[in-house]
Amino acid sequence: MTPRPDAVERDPGLQPERTRLAWRRTTLTGAAVAVLAAKSALHGGPSAAGAVAGALCAVLWLGFLGLAHRRIHDLVAARPLVLTPRIAAAAVLCTIALAVCGAVLVL
Amino acid sequence: MIEFIRNVRLWFMPEEIREEGATPDYRFSLANERTFLAWLRTALALIGGGFAVDQFLPDLRWGWRVGLALALLAAGVLCAFRAVNHWVRCERAMRRGEDLPVSRFPAVLGLVVAVVAIAMVVVVLLGWEG
Repeated sequence: MTPRPDAVERDPGLQPERTRLAWRRTTLTGAAVAVLAAKSALHGGPSAAGAVAGALCAVLWLGFLGLAHRRIHDLVAARPLVLTPRIAAAAVLCTIALAVCGAVLVL
Repeated sequence: MIEFIRNVRLWFMPEEIREEGATPDYRFSLANERTFLAWLRTALALIGGGFAVDQFLPDLRWGWRVGLALALLAAGVLCAFRAVNHWVRCERAMRRGEDLPVSRFPAVLGLVVAVVAIAMVVVVLLGWEG
């Protein structure tokens, strides 16, 4: 059997796939946090600050989902490029903003 | 601290990382990325723990409840910062062919989580509700 000329060499350790799943896991964790935030926002009765913080948590999660989607798209390549610090910093800023919204909801 | 500020600059200037040393095997970079994501999940779990303390211990006195929740949220923020900082440092060390940076952060975080857990057990068992 001859290898197809366009067949790219795949990493037998499936590193890109594992990295893709790590992004998925992280997004899923973020979803759980966003659900807890929404519950917290609804629990305290209707308040302007709670509604804004709850909505912001949902938007932040969507932002994280977008980042993960972008990175996963890049990981399709057989030899993916290294993660850019911009995406890493954006993911971290989403996480920190979630915590700030959490502080607003808790107080 | 100066080192940290220099690293913060690197987060937003990917070109500067690429100027140093040689590009390592992409698999090492991906492993570093997964470690970063694992730390980010730890941060998210701590933040989720903060939400959970606030919601699932409603009988607790206000000060304890808010104090524990804010402590967990702050630990999550620290952990997220540390995740990206450590990722940049590892990436740079790999490019330069140096040893990977060591850190006492995991030990400190472990101790903080243990202290918060013990505090929660004590607070819930003794029923210091308001």
